[in-house]
Order: sequence, then structure tokens, then C-alpha cells
Amino acid sequence: MNSPNSFRTQPDDRGHFGDFGGRYVAETLMPLILDLEREYRAAQVDPAFAAEFDDLMKHYVGRPSPLYYAERLTEALGGAQVWFKRDELNHTGAHKINNCIGQILLARRMGKTRIIAETGAGQHGVATATVCARFGLPCVIYMGAEDVKRQSPNVFRMKLLGAEVVPVTSGGATLKDAMNEGLRDWVANVHDTFYIIGTAAGPHPYPEMVRNFQSVIGTEARAQMLERAGRLPDLLIACIGGGSNALGLFHPFLDDADVKMLGVEAAGHGLDGDEHAASLLGGAPGVLHGNKTYLLQDEDGQITEGHSISAGLDYPGIGPEHAWLKESERVEYTAVTDNEALEGFQLLCRTEGIIPALEPSHAIAAVADRAKQMSEDQIILMNLCGRGDKDIFTVAEKLGVEI
Amino acid sequence: MNKFTAAFSKPHAAFVAFITAGDGDTAANLDALAAGGADVIELGMPFTDPMADGPAIQAANLRSLGAGTTTADVLQIATDFRARRPDIPLVLMGYANPMIRRGPEWFAQSAAKAGVDGVICVDIPPEEDDALGPALRDQGIAPIRLATPTTDAARLPQVLEGSQGFVYYVSVAGITGKQQAATASIEENVARIKQSTDLPVAVGFGVRTPEQAADIAKVADGVVVGSAFIDLVEKFGQDAPAKLQELTTAMVAAIKDARA
Repeated sequence: MNSPNSFRTQPDDRGHFGDFGGRYVAETLMPLILDLEREYRAAQVDPAFAAEFDDLMKHYVGRPSPLYYAERLTEALGGAQVWFKRDELNHTGAHKINNCIGQILLARRMGKTRIIAETGAGQHGVATATVCARFGLPCVIYMGAEDVKRQSPNVFRMKLLGAEVVPVTSGGATLKDAMNEGLRDWVANVHDTFYIIGTAAGPHPYPEMVRNFQSVIGTEARAQMLERAGRLPDLLIACIGGGSNALGLFHPFLDDADVKMLGVEAAGHGLDGDEHAASLLGGAPGVLHGNKTYLLQDEDGQITEGHSISAGLDYPGIGPEHAWLKESERVEYTAVTDNEALEGFQLLCRTEGIIPALEPSHAIAAVADRAKQMSEDQIILMNLCGRGDKDIFTVAEKLGVEI
Repeated sequence: MNKFTAAFSKPHAAFVAFITAGDGDTAANLDALAAGGADVIELGMPFTDPMADGPAIQAANLRSLGAGTTTADVLQIATDFRARRPDIPLVLMGYANPMIRRGPEWFAQSAAKAGVDGVICVDIPPEEDDALGPALRDQGIAPIRLATPTTDAARLPQVLEGSQGFVYYVSVAGITGKQQAATASIEENVARIKQSTDLPVAVGFGVRTPEQAADIAKVADGVVVGSAFIDLVEKFGQDAPAKLQELTTAMVAAIKDARA
């Protein structure tokens, strides 16, 4: 594939990232998707919209998040300097809130009075419930019944924030089924309901819109890096489930030719079996949830369940822009197993006094691997996209500790 | 005259019957629908993630997949039905991913070889027609599009462009098998669509009883029933064919009376 002049001009006006993306939705939703796109385009050029977004980012979310040089981790690894973009310090403890603020402002602008969302581990559900409480809008969160059981603290958080949590029992009762149920609700309530999708996937314009809201991460980090280190990093690393935190970091750097990028998928028990959630490395192109992208699927196109120690990564698809970035070879993708992520988790706890979420623990494992292969004057910048309070029970169980 | 034209040229509205392939004894169930007088058959291709379907058809999809149904099985069911009943138009209905998994050309050729007359793909709107539409039309298979209450006048021409066979008007903004729209709104929307196309317009989603079918038969060219059949397949299993034929006969009788 020839390199395009810019990697930052996707998608095209039909919402396609090369062969990927698009608007694969039922006709009932199509007019609504088109309406959403019109409203989003209007909001993009409205200084008042940007001003409200920026104000909430600063005073409610706590942005800009710090750029942190991880000195002891760097010493421990003995290679490239490791820097973190500290998005785990955001209000609600992850990057998810960036996107939720953007989408709820758009929902208000469109006059929608009811919010729905899907959630897997519960982080996006909590972020959505948070912004709904902040703006006084009723909120329904669809969550796989299995996930409701596994993530009870987040279920309680959502309820405290006033959300109605609906356990989804159809299909495998996990994240993809919650997304199906969200789409079914939306189809039946298009007149008053806004669907806040949690990652850079779904029908156009969601992948572009979510990426743009999350790009606050990379835009800040790029300026902070230039200010602190006087130069751009050599390598960006981020974990990938649907891929919104990675795109948020990567996108503002895509045209910096000397900055390499590495996306880290969840290899679960290993890519050689079925128990992983690596759509790019272990899946094939297909259509699900409104977009064409890489999917975990069988030879007949039936969707298979992903597995990861991290409930935030076990979605069987991935944002379509990542599919395009893979095929255009601008971004390299790798995968990290459950056990490697657990090691990354513990490494960061002990060297830096930061308890990371299991999702970015996958990225930490990749950082540990790459830093050792690089020289001391090189810089790795990793997005630390979530904090690990929610995961301590899972980790304790894996480590055989009773708490 | 193609099979669709014949099916929609009868003195009464066409009765379009849907069941999911691989859920129960599909061959016997299809024969029962045909024996009961169904004018068009829609055969659902099972998919793990049937986003536009309500609980009844979702469960049918999972039962079928749970029984091990493959794409090859669906095509074989179609082939065998076509051999037994050369006259009745046969439509495959389902979602994009199983249809394009081996490439749209492979699917269109296989469906054509199986004797399929039309394909309804729920999640390929006209905007993404390239993903399947050209391959179907090349093989002489009708891409049947959905129009909905949210399809406004500005958008309707785009939906009709490239549509063949008939237009499937989804009477409610929602999922399959739930509630039925008011007849007045259906009448208005069907009339609106018919002003823009010569294709027949069949109405579905939420039609469960002969009385409802009769109401729609007064204002549309066809009536689609799915979830009510699926419920019978679930409830009666191997004994479903007799029940399916009974309901089909009642639906067809009500439809014939509707314009009398």
C-alpha cells in the first residue's frame, strides 16, 4: 500500500477508513446517524461548543492530565526513558470521561432527553452515568449479565449516580450483547434517545467523533513532551480494546514520521488458541455493530467471544481506524497475555507507586519489552489510561490472595 | 413474469412467511408454510448478533446456531426447498457478516445456485450497497430493501434506487415481533412509498394474528409474519409443521377476505 500524504484526514465523507468503517446499520437508524453527523459537523465549527467542552475538561475532569517521567521504572528496565500520560488521574479514573463529556454536550445540543450506553467492565457505564448525573438526564446502561456479576462495584457506582443498569441475558451476556441491546433500544426510541458509544467503533460518525474527543490526550501530550523534553517521543504505546485511548494518543502524532506507534491487544491465554481478544492479530475483516473492521469470528462469519483478564479489552471487534492503520502499516500492533499483563501491573505498582488498571497493564508489559531494546536517549510515551482500583479483586484472585 | 411479480399479482395481498433456517425441522416447516398458502418464503440466516430482532427471533438464531447450523446448511435447505417447490419466491434474510464472509460474489453465486430469488440484508443500507448489492444484481438476485417510519421523503428515492423484488416496509421503529403500528400510519406510509415506485410493498414487524394481517392486507401489497411462526417452532418443535400450516391457512384466509 502506498503511503498517503497524511494519516490524519480519515475517514472520507462516507465514514470509510480505507476499506473499513462505514455505516452498516438498519434503515431505521440510518436517518438518525445522518442527523447526528450533521449536528456533529455544526458543533465542530461552533466556538461555543468547544469552549464548553474545554471548560468541563479543565474544571470537571481535571485536565490537562500530567505528563510524568517514570524514573524508577526506566532504571528498572534499563533502556529507553519511559514517560506516562496520566489519564488515570481524570475524574472517574480513566480516559472514558473525555468522550462522554463530548457526546453528552452533543446530545443536549440535539435536544435529546434520554441517554443510553453499553458497558463491559463498567468504566464507560460509570463515565456515562457520571455525565448524566452532571446534566440531569435519565440514563440506561446495558451490561451483560455475566459482567454485572463480575463487576459489582461498578454496578453499584452507576446506581449511586442515578443510572438504571439493565442486565443483558441474550447471547453470551457480555459486552457485544450489551451493545446489541443498546442498538435495539435506540432503534425503538430514536425520537428522544442519544446513544453514547464508549469506544471509537460503531457506525460513522462515532469512530471519528470518539477519536476527536479523545484526541485531547495526544494533543496535550505532544505539547507537554515538546515543553518538557524539547522533542517528540520515539515510540508511543497504548492498549487496545475498541481502541479509543490509543487513537486519542496516536492521532495527533500520526503525521510525525519519526514517531513510531505500537498498539497492544489482549492475547488472553495466547494467540494460538481461541481464548484471546486480539481482533487485529487473530481476527479477520467483517461487519458488526455498524462498521466494517477486524472481528473475532468463525469461517461462517459468526462472532466468537473474546477472552481477556481485562473485561475492558474482551470485545470481539476493534475501531475501524485501527484496522486501517494496521493495513497502511503506520501503526504496529502486538498482543500481550493475561500473565504478562499481571506482571506489568505489579511492576508499575512497585516501581512507581501507581496501581494501573489491567487494560494499560498490557501496555506496560509491552513497554517493558521494548524499552530494553532501545537506548537511554530514546523516549517511550505510554498512555496510562485507567487506574486499577476496580481490578484489585481480579488481581488478588489471580495471585491466589484472599482479601 | 418473474416469481415476485407473479406472487404479488394475485387478487389478494401476498402472504410472506418467515422462519429461521436450522431452527427445528426447517424442511418440514417450509413445506407446511407452502401448503398453507404462503406466497413468498423468507428464510432467516442465523447470526450470533441479530441486532434488529426481538427476543423471539434472537432465540431462534441461537437455537439454530446451537444446533450447529452452518452457511452450507442454510444453502442446502434453500436448494432442497427450491427443488420441491419451483414456484414460490424464496428470500434469504439476515445480517451482513455471514453474507460477505467469503466475499459477496461467493455468496451471490451460491445463493443463485440454490435457487434463491431475493436477499434482505438488515444492516446494509443503500449507503453501503457496494458491499453486496452489485454481486446480487449480477447473479439476478433481487436486493430487497427495508423502508421504515424514519425513512423520510428526501431519503426514500435513495432506498428505492437499486431495490428489486419488493419493498419491505417495517411498520414500527423498533425490533421484530414487538408491537404493531396503527393501521392509519401504515396506510399513509405505504401510499407514500407506492407513489415513488412500481415495486410491490409488503409490510412487516409486529404482525401476529390473522386480524392484524387482514388490516394490513387492505392497504398493502403483502403481509410479512415472522415471530408468530418462530414462537410455534419453539413451542411445538418436531410437531410444529401442523401448527404452522394451520396459522398460515388462517392468515391467508383473513388476507383473502380483507379485500372481498
